[in-house]
Amino acid sequence: MIIEIENLKKSFKDVQAVNDISFKTKEGELFAFLGVNGAGKSTTINIISGVLKKDGGSVKVCGYDIEKDCDKIKSNIGIVFQNSVLDKRLSAYDNLKYRANLYGIFGNDFQARLEEMNKLLDLKDILKRPLNKLSGGQKRRIDIARALIHSPKLLILDEPTTGLDPKTRITVWSVIDKLRKEDGLSVFLTTHYMEEAADSDYVVIIDSGKMVAEGTPHDLKSKYANDYVKFYNNREEAEKYFSSIGLKIRNERDFTEIELNRTSEIVKYFKEKSELFDDFEVLKGNMDNVFLKVTGKDLLGG
Amino acid sequence: MTDYKKLVSLVKRNTKCYFKDKVTFFMSLITPLILLVLFVTFLRNVYIESFQLALTENNLNINNRIIEGIAGAWLMSSILSVSSVTVAFCSNVIMIEDKINCAVNDFSVSPVKSTTVSIAYFVSNFFVTFIVMMCVMVIGHIYLAAVGWYITVGDVFMIIVDCICCILFGTLLAGVVESFVSSQGGLSAVATLVSSMYGFISGAYMPISSFSKGLQNFLCMLPGTYGVGILRNHYMNGYISALSGAGVPVESLNSIKDSFDANIYLFGKNIPLGAMYGILLGACAVLLVAYIAIVFIKNRKSVK
Repeated sequence: MIIEIENLKKSFKDVQAVNDISFKTKEGELFAFLGVNGAGKSTTINIISGVLKKDGGSVKVCGYDIEKDCDKIKSNIGIVFQNSVLDKRLSAYDNLKYRANLYGIFGNDFQARLEEMNKLLDLKDILKRPLNKLSGGQKRRIDIARALIHSPKLLILDEPTTGLDPKTRITVWSVIDKLRKEDGLSVFLTTHYMEEAADSDYVVIIDSGKMVAEGTPHDLKSKYANDYVKFYNNREEAEKYFSSIGLKIRNERDFTEIELNRTSEIVKYFKEKSELFDDFEVLKGNMDNVFLKVTGKDLLGG
Repeated sequence: MTDYKKLVSLVKRNTKCYFKDKVTFFMSLITPLILLVLFVTFLRNVYIESFQLALTENNLNINNRIIEGIAGAWLMSSILSVSSVTVAFCSNVIMIEDKINCAVNDFSVSPVKSTTVSIAYFVSNFFVTFIVMMCVMVIGHIYLAAVGWYITVGDVFMIIVDCICCILFGTLLAGVVESFVSSQGGLSAVATLVSSMYGFISGAYMPISSFSKGLQNFLCMLPGTYGVGILRNHYMNGYISALSGAGVPVESLNSIKDSFDANIYLFGKNIPLGAMYGILLGACAVLLVAYIAIVFIKNRKSVK
């Protein structure tokens, strides 16, 4: 296990930021940790990374206990913060050099590691430029290089793609996927983009400091999200038929949407009323639906 | 060894960050230079007249370069002693910026001791303030060479030592006070307050001897006064010797030293030069303990 958390508790005065949460993440896994702002995600990350003291419970990262071997944990984790924390006036090269030095990486060791980062993230053309002269996507590549400069076993991504354009998001994820496949890197992700969470191996959702759901995306979708059928033709007939049997209906400009309790129901309805199924599509429930169902909150809207 | 290399790396990083911001460096440098220009423009004649008045009773023909030079030397000791504190307060900007930009979070998740990070801020602030002070000193000495140079090589060396003691005091004071500042506005407010007050409460802008007895004793209880005192001694040494060589009696020379704070009296007792260093460095030791205590208390919140 790369992270083992049991009965973790943390409060700030009267506010219980993290309330008795427990989970484990496996090596090489992409683990998504979801919650609205203020749910307790950052507090948990700060405890895992040794920045904050916990009030109760136990935390093991990379096999080390947070209270006994904090420095060993810090040497084994890399973090990409939501907002860049690098020095804007310094060049990308200087930023990486000074941060690598904090991990005891100096001289030729740094040059060798920088070359690896250069191959992975294509940094050659931006290394000499000051950070404040780089685009958002270029800065993000430097942030990722900084988090990986010491070859960590666990990469913590705190909303890494928020505010990035779609092309840069794809680039960021292709790099992370490559590292997971080739180096077995474990990734702990917090994100507001549900399509990113849907690609993860395991998901934990927290709300007001408590764990409200956990499982693989497939399990969570099966448990919490309903499926839908969209009718583009025969809309009036479909609405009449499905409302008579008590299903939820939503009319939009181009289609009528019927919410199914189970995917298998569609087979039954198809057999009974095949003439309705002229132009239609079946949609699986997504992680947005899961999140909304278990927290009652929209992740992007709060 | 690795901890030492990490410290050196952080000091380099802080110093580079500071000098990459040309505006901040320029403002740190220009402030003492403006002070020098204002002194020369508005107060030079006042101090020249004061020195001439102190010497007229001896009916001696004193070289005008000695009078101009001693007034300039007095001004230089004031500027350097004030700048050692005001520049240190302004130059500590990297520590505040790291809090604002959350770079401190990046250090917190790295395997570097928070005490190493704090020491690096102090050391880099010391270097930056030293560099700015040396620039000001060189410019000031060019001015003194133009109006009248009577300072020995030994005194120049001791002036640099004095500057180091004053910078040590200034950077530690800045480190302690600015540990509680976490915004650019807060930094500006503190720097403005210190810039406007420190020159007066250390006796740099006005000779302490010109104040009331009570105020004199109060100011002499503040350690910054002795930073001014040691610089006054080494800046005025050469000029006092030149005046002595020109036939000015010892009583008159002592009177000049009393009037212009080369001699400092606490409750009527003259504080010798060695004691001035002792008081200043003692204050540095107290500030160091306070700085370490603040770093320790702040770190108790984290796991380490």
